[in-house]
Amino acid sequence: MSSLDAVPEEVHKFSAEVGTRDPVTVVGGRTQWNVGGAPDGSAREVVAPSGIWSHEPEEMTVRCGAGTPLTELSEQLAQHGQMVPFDMPPNATVGGVLSVGRSGLRRLRYGHIRDLVLQIRHIDSNGEIVTSGGPTVKNVSGYDLCRLMVGSLGKLGCLAEVTLRCLPMPETTRWLTGAADPFEVYARLYRPSSILWNGEQVWVCLEGVSSDVEAEAALLDLTEVEGPPLLPSGGRSSVEPKALKDLSADDGNWIAEIGVGIIHSDKPSTAQQISKTNESLMREIERRLDPNGRLNPGRQVVSL
Amino acid sequence: MQISPHVNLLNDLRSVLGDRARDGDFELGLYGKDGSVLQGQASIVCLPVDTAEVRQIVEICRHHDRPFLARGSGTGLAGGAVPVGDPVIIATAKMNQIIEVDLENRIAWVEPGVLNLDLTKELTPRGFHFAPDPSSQQVCSIGGNVANNSGGPHCLAYGVTSAHVAAIEVVLPDGSVTVLGDLSAEPPGYDLRGLFVGSEGTMGVATKVAVRLTPNPPAIRTLLLDFPDVRDGAATVSAIIAAGLIPAALEMMDKRAIEIVEAFVNAGYPTEADAVLLVELDGLPGGVEHGVEVVRSVAERHQVGNIRVAADNEERELLWKGRKNAFGAVARIKPDYYLHDTVVPRGKLVEVLDKVYKIADAYDLIAVNVFHAGDGNLHPILAYDSDEKGVLERVHAAGRAIITASIEAGGVLSGEHGIGLEKRDYMGMLFTAHDMATQDMVREAFDPQGFANPLKVLPSGSRCSDSFGQHVPDGAWV
Ligand SMILES: Cc1cc2nc3c(=O)[nH]c(=O)nc-3n(C[C@H](O)[C@H](O)[C@H](O)COP(=O)(O)OP(=O)(O)OC[C@H]3O[C@@H](n4cnc5c(N)ncnc54)[C@H](O)[C@@H]3O)c2cc1C
Repeated sequence: MSSLDAVPEEVHKFSAEVGTRDPVTVVGGRTQWNVGGAPDGSAREVVAPSGIWSHEPEEMTVRCGAGTPLTELSEQLAQHGQMVPFDMPPNATVGGVLSVGRSGLRRLRYGHIRDLVLQIRHIDSNGEIVTSGGPTVKNVSGYDLCRLMVGSLGKLGCLAEVTLRCLPMPETTRWLTGAADPFEVYARLYRPSSILWNGEQVWVCLEGVSSDVEAEAALLDLTEVEGPPLLPSGGRSSVEPKALKDLSADDGNWIAEIGVGIIHSDKPSTAQQISKTNESLMREIERRLDPNGRLNPGRQVVSL
Repeated sequence: MQISPHVNLLNDLRSVLGDRARDGDFELGLYGKDGSVLQGQASIVCLPVDTAEVRQIVEICRHHDRPFLARGSGTGLAGGAVPVGDPVIIATAKMNQIIEVDLENRIAWVEPGVLNLDLTKELTPRGFHFAPDPSSQQVCSIGGNVANNSGGPHCLAYGVTSAHVAAIEVVLPDGSVTVLGDLSAEPPGYDLRGLFVGSEGTMGVATKVAVRLTPNPPAIRTLLLDFPDVRDGAATVSAIIAAGLIPAALEMMDKRAIEIVEAFVNAGYPTEADAVLLVELDGLPGGVEHGVEVVRSVAERHQVGNIRVAADNEERELLWKGRKNAFGAVARIKPDYYLHDTVVPRGKLVEVLDKVYKIADAYDLIAVNVFHAGDGNLHPILAYDSDEKGVLERVHAAGRAIITASIEAGGVLSGEHGIGLEKRDYMGMLFTAHDMATQDMVREAFDPQGFANPLKVLPSGSRCSDSFGQHVPDGAWV
C-alpha cells in the first residue's frame, strides 16, 4: 500500500478547506498560540482533522488527524499501556505540538519529540496533499521532510495527518525533590527521565521497573513529591547543557532542565541568533514551499 | 597546445592539494564503486585534510562547472557514493580526527572520516558510546552514517543516527561553510540539521559532526533463542514488542544464515534450528531481568527450543561476532551477494519472509536472511556467482519483487541503507510525483544547480534542475 491509496477522506476535506488562495492559519488547542508571534488578522482560520485513525498496539504506532487533542491520544494509548511522551497541556493538539516543536519535561530520557514522528501528511500552499516519511518504525526513503515540518509553525505546510512511534508506559514513575547539586545527580543516575533545578532545589523524575526506581532513588537524598513544580511561563530559552552551570539567583525566577538545556523563566527570553547563511537557506525553503506567503503569515520561525 | 578541461581542473586542484588530487588507475578503480553492485566512473579523487581544503575543492568545481561527490568509506549499499555525472570525488579518509570529547555536554566533535567503531572505542573507557552501530561499524565513517541516517542493531531502542547528531558543519554546494543545528536544546529556526541527515551527500559535504554520547548501560543480557520453524521466530518478534518490551536489539537469522555463520565463526549457533533470535536487554538490572522474563515467557508460547543466555562478556561478544560477520560469511556459499534493505510492519514479517523465499526460488537464487527483526527491517541477501551468465538480471528482478512485496505489505523502500542510485527509480512506489517534487524543492534550497552528488535519491523526472544530464551513464547498474 503506497501513500497514493491511503489518504483518508478527512485529509482530502482539509485540503479543500485550506484551498489555493488567501492567507490561512491553522488553529489547534491555542496552548502555544503566541509562539513566533500572532498570525495576521487577515488570515482565515482552518482546523486540522481530528481522530485516531489507526492504533496498532503490536506495531507500537499510531496514526491520527493532526487536530487530535493530546488527551484523546493518551487515553487511547493508555488502554494498551503505551504513550507518546509529549508532556504538554491535554487540550493541545498533536499537530500544534509538533508545529511548535518544543519538547516536554521528560526529553532527557525520551529525546526530542521530532524523533517520534514517522510520517506526516501536510497540505501545501497550493492546497495539495504531500506525504513524507513512512508508516514503519524505521525508514530512510527520501528526504526527511518530517524533521523539517516539526518546529515550522505551519509556515511550510498545514499538518493534516501524523503517524507516531509509541513507547511502553513505564511500570513506575516517581518524582523526588530536595537540595542537591543537579550536575552530580545527573552524573550519578542512569538515564533519568527529568532533572529540574531552580538554583536551590532539584526535582528528579525516575521511571522504569520499581526495583530500579527504588535503587536509583536510594542513591539520592531526596524526598518524594507528587510531580514536577509549576514552571515559570514568562520565557523559555535554550542553551548548551553545560551553560546551565552559570545560572544564578540574579537571573530571576527560573527552572532549568539539566542535561537538556531549556530554561523556563518568568522573564521574556531573547531570540537565539541565526547565522546569515542559515537564514538564507531557511528563507529559500520558505520561498519555495510558500512563494506567496499564505501559510500562517505574521508568524516567524526565522526571527526578524 | 590546448590543455584539456580534465588537466586544467586537476592542475587547479593540485595547486591546493598537491599529490592529494589524483587520477591514477588505482584510485579511479577503487572510487568507481561502493559496497553495492553498481559501477560508476571516477575521474578525479581528492583527499582533503580539513574544511578549508574541502571548501576550496568545491569552489574549484564550481569554477569548472563540475559536480562533486562526498565519499566516506564506500561501504554504502545503495550506490550513494558511486560516481555518476562525472563528479570530482571528495574522500574524507584523511579527515579522521576526534576533535573534542565534551563530557559536560555529552557531545563529541569529530571529523567526518572518523570510523564509527574508533569513536566508540575512544568513548567506552569514559563511560559512553555512539549509539548507532551499523554492522559495518569497523569500517564505515561518521560522515557516511550522517549522510545515510544509518541504523544498527542497537538503534531499536536508541534510535537511528538523526537522534544522535546535534550539529553538523557543512560546506554547501556554493562553497560557503555553515553549521546546521547547535549544541543548545532547541536551535532556532527550521531544523536544517534534521534535513541534512539522510540527504545522502546531495546538500553539501559534512566536514565536522557533533554527535551525542550515550551512557554505557550498567547491565546487559544477551540471549540466543532457537526455533524449529522460522515463522515461530518471526511471531516471537512481534509478540515481544506487543508485550510492551523494546529490547536494546532484536536480530533474527534464518537456517541458512545460521549454518554459514557457524561454519565461519564457531559461536555455537544451533545448526539444527530453523531460525535464531539474538536478543539483547540493557539498562538498569531490574529492567533487564524483567526483560529477560518477558522474552522467555513470550518465546515459550511460540515453541522456542533452547534459550541460551550469555554467561559473560566473552560469550556475549562471540554471539555478536556471529551476527556481525554474517555478510562476510556468505562468501562460503557463493562469491557474490546482493544485500537488500526494506522495512515491513513487524506483524507482517512472517508473510513477507515467506514471499522472499518464494521469490528467490522463482529466480533460482539463494536467499539468506539476517536482519534487524525488532523494527521489521528485512535484509534478504541474494547469494550468486557473477560468472554465471545472466545472473545479475535475475538478481535485479528478484530484488524488485522483494521491494514490491514489502511495499504491498505496508512497508517502505529502505530502512537504513538509503535510496542512492539503487532505489532512486523506485521512489514512485512510495511517493506521488507531487511528494517527490516537494522533496526536490527543499533539496534545491541547498543546491539549485545540482552540484552535490548528482543523480541520486530522486528519479530524474522529479528534478527541476538536472544540469548534469538526465540519464545514468552507460555502464552504471541501476
Ligand atoms: C557488511 C555491511 C554491513 C552494513 N550494515 C549496516 C547496518 O547495519 N546499518 C546501516 O545503516 N548500514 C549498514 N551498511 C551500509 C553502510 O555501511 C552505511 O550506510 C554507512 O553509514 C556508510 O558509510 P560510509 O562511510 O561507507 O559512506 P559511503 O558509502 O562512502 O557514502 C555513503 C553516502 O554518504 C555520502 N557521504 C559520505 N560522507 C559524506 C560527508 N562527509 N558529507 C556528505 N555526504 C557524505 C556519500 O555521498 C554517499 O551518498 C552496511 C554495509 C556493509 C558493507
